[in-house]
Amino acid sequence: MSADVHTQAGAGGGAGNGTAPATARRRARRRTDWGRYHTWAVLAWLFAPIVFMIAFSFNDPAGRHNITWQGFTLRWYQNAFAHTELNEAMFNSVSIALLTMVVSGLLGTLLGLALGRFGFRGKQLTNLVMFAAISAPEVVLGAALLSTFLMMNVTTGYWTTVIAHVMFCVSFVAITVRARVITLDPRLEEAARDLGAGPWDTFRLVTLPMLFPAIMAGGLLAFALSIDDYIITSFVSGDVTTFPLWIWGATRVGIPPQVNVMGTLLFAVGLLMAVVNIAMARRRTATGD
Amino acid sequence: MSNRKFTPYVLVLPAWVWLALFFVVPIGGMLSLSLTTGNVVTGFQQTFEVGNYAAAVSTYWEQILRSLLYGACATLVCIALGYPMAYWIAFRGGAHKSTYLLLILLPFFVSFVLRTISWRFFLSDNGVVLGPLKDLGLLPEGFAVLNSAPAVVLGLAYNFLPFMVLPIYAVLERMDPYLVEAAHDLYADRVQAFVRVILPVSLPGVFAGVLMTFIPTSADYVNASVLGGTHNTMIGNVIQTQYLVNNNYPIAASITFVLMGLLLVGIFSYARALGTERVMEVHA
Repeated sequence: MSADVHTQAGAGGGAGNGTAPATARRRARRRTDWGRYHTWAVLAWLFAPIVFMIAFSFNDPAGRHNITWQGFTLRWYQNAFAHTELNEAMFNSVSIALLTMVVSGLLGTLLGLALGRFGFRGKQLTNLVMFAAISAPEVVLGAALLSTFLMMNVTTGYWTTVIAHVMFCVSFVAITVRARVITLDPRLEEAARDLGAGPWDTFRLVTLPMLFPAIMAGGLLAFALSIDDYIITSFVSGDVTTFPLWIWGATRVGIPPQVNVMGTLLFAVGLLMAVVNIAMARRRTATGD
Repeated sequence: MSNRKFTPYVLVLPAWVWLALFFVVPIGGMLSLSLTTGNVVTGFQQTFEVGNYAAAVSTYWEQILRSLLYGACATLVCIALGYPMAYWIAFRGGAHKSTYLLLILLPFFVSFVLRTISWRFFLSDNGVVLGPLKDLGLLPEGFAVLNSAPAVVLGLAYNFLPFMVLPIYAVLERMDPYLVEAAHDLYADRVQAFVRVILPVSLPGVFAGVLMTFIPTSADYVNASVLGGTHNTMIGNVIQTQYLVNNNYPIAASITFVLMGLLLVGIFSYARALGTERVMEVHA
């Protein structure tokens, strides 16, 4: 969803907002821009706990609780990976997210392609099930899966977590890909056919490259949803611990500052991806694509 | 080209199988589990015990009502904070629209649980905010923000705000600016232009935003556990405890169905009032 918004906004950002007379009238009145203050105040609220988290990844706490500022240290960055269990949890999170990205990326792309391109029996039903899977609360999805695993005597663990994550991510990928498929110009594919390409070559050489940004966006969304998930995972992960689950468990005994370090690193990766995304969108707009 | 007829089915088959096996069937499995009796030691028998539902509702009606109330309050906070923000970015964001959207989304790259726990530390009784204020004598020594209903509601609103801002922004951004110009030309003042022109256009976005915040907030239990202490538990806390701690599966499954039923009734009456297609369209 986020990637969609960026590209849309990127494309529409330059042109067509605020016509000239409106701007003139606004200037003439010189009213206080309350909207700007409001927006920045809400943004400050959104960033407050993040700033706190980053700042306290450099704190040198006295006791087990990293709550009051004691002094600056880089110790936690030097020993970022000193907690074996935390590392294991982080590794599980990343590997589950990668598997989810690949599997839901594949299934979601095929589904999105079919929904965007073809009419078929059961299309309405498919849309309804996808809508339900997206809007159902996580606690319901987790509880339903756990109920069924219990009744089937399936032991929950790593693979049941992957299954659950793919289940809730596949619709998001499908929606992202479908949105792109609908906007594709069918004449490009017809041209490829006219030039002698078979159905498979047309798909591989024409359709797929045009879909690629959407597939990437959907896959990254699936990765982000998976690595962030706590509620569904807590139901279906059995003895396996992921990063959010480990943090949750650690709250009772006090969270080591390494958690702040890993949170900061995740944030940095997100920031980097977002900046690259925007830079690419800018370049696309600039080259008139 | 007879195989072209089958192409869509081949494409959707894997996802269909996955969604059927791990979404549709499990809902049925949970229904079946909610109608059993027994315990973990002796096993659960399918007795079609409808009494589980009565037991669940009579024991946990308080948490059910509280969840709907907190969800509704959080949704209202999201509208109050999110609408003006979406409005300002869409109409006054200028060339920086995408940057503002990015700023809204950035905090959400940090994991949901970690963000919420970070709030807990941030607001703790003698932490970085309340501690200095208490030292200066601006707040009484016993003052606390945590473990209260407002803390839970604000936590929920915090975690789901983008789901309100983005759909509203999406409809406002697509709006034809000449509509507003036309309203002004017809002597509408700013308030009238907003109420008669902008608000009606943006309503589908608000409706989608309400669905996307009310459903997850009313079913959430992370915020209630982390920020609400023991006296503000929500229905999600009950479901989680009954499944994962008490292993009282029949009751757990019944409560989950009650929650699902309440939300479905809400969504359908809501969609009825507006027309389903518009809701699903903006949602997607």
